[in-house]
Amino acid sequence: MTDIHHEHVSHESEEKAHSGLNTKVIWKVFWILLGVTIFEVSISFTSLSKDILLWTFVVLTIVKAYYIVGYFMHLKFEATPLQWSLLLPFVLIVYLIFIAIYEGTALGLTPY
Amino acid sequence: MSTNTAVATAKSNVWGGGSSPFKTRWGKLYMWIFLVSDAFTFSSLLIAYGSLRHRFTHIWPKPNEVFTHFPFLHGHIPLAYVGLMTFILIMSSVTMVLAVDAGHSLNKKAVLRWLGLTIIGGFMFLGSQAWEWYHFIKGSEKGAYVLADGRFARTDDLEPGVLKFHDGTMVEGTEAQALISTATKNIVGANLEENEYGNTPLFANFFFFITGFHGFHVFSGVLINIIVFILVARGFLDRKKDYELVEKVGLYWHFVDLVWVFVFTFFYLV
Repeated sequence: MTDIHHEHVSHESEEKAHSGLNTKVIWKVFWILLGVTIFEVSISFTSLSKDILLWTFVVLTIVKAYYIVGYFMHLKFEATPLQWSLLLPFVLIVYLIFIAIYEGTALGLTPY
Repeated sequence: MSTNTAVATAKSNVWGGGSSPFKTRWGKLYMWIFLVSDAFTFSSLLIAYGSLRHRFTHIWPKPNEVFTHFPFLHGHIPLAYVGLMTFILIMSSVTMVLAVDAGHSLNKKAVLRWLGLTIIGGFMFLGSQAWEWYHFIKGSEKGAYVLADGRFARTDDLEPGVLKFHDGTMVEGTEAQALISTATKNIVGANLEENEYGNTPLFANFFFFITGFHGFHVFSGVLINIIVFILVARGFLDRKKDYELVEKVGLYWHFVDLVWVFVFTFFYLV
């Protein structure tokens, strides 16, 4: 009985070390996400220029996405081929953002 | 030493099967592939929103003048409520990752506790969204007017008798009364054809579609979490000695949280 218990514990600690996540890291990520969100809401009431606000929000959103995907979804600790296979397709999304926003802005400037 | 042997074996077996380049199990891999495709769907919706917002930027409503309600409080409190919804969803993401963590050590009781809290968080988020939809659809007391000259003017419950235009100018008193009496249309609340927030149906359409599509994801996530909760409670995963199922629904739940982070920024903040 003690033997089994011992084996179980060592397996557990090995798994934890391998996965790179523990409750301490999880709560740290939670505080980062909460802090960034509170910061975003509070600067939205300041009189900073629209462009500065927009780019701050975009950058902070990517920061939050990094922590959610990297730590909560565990992608930071997965094999490199898997990381590349899942993230590379989003180059197409960046391209779509560029053409769609460019098109929308151009149409907005066209008198009708 | 043992790793070296493993690498050598994997290399010689590359075309003969037996190697695992992604070093993960197929269930999690399939969930990842589904989530990438779902991310493309949400990206397309948000990009369509951005594109048309840039097209109609001269009449597009300002989100912090639309979502100003907070339960039990009077007055304009923009963004506080969606901030609270974001907090609820991030919190339920944390409880989910703690459930996955407990699953790694086959701790059934802890998995049930954290998964149960995740389900409660999901219901709280859905309730918050229903409350927000209700206020969005119901609108203000007087709504907005389409004036005789075609201009679009909003009223404000806190400042009766004042008409507000999109460019920030205001009209009040008898002048406002005269404009209202000759107005061609009064719009109160929001539906798919018109809304009091701006002179374009697109804003409400995108609101209903994007937050609705996301809310449906949350709803199905809660259902799947409940199914997994029952399976765990009945000892299904204990018999298999394998809590991978919790990891898979965990991935889906975090994805729903991730999408909300983007909706929060591009629908409410910007």
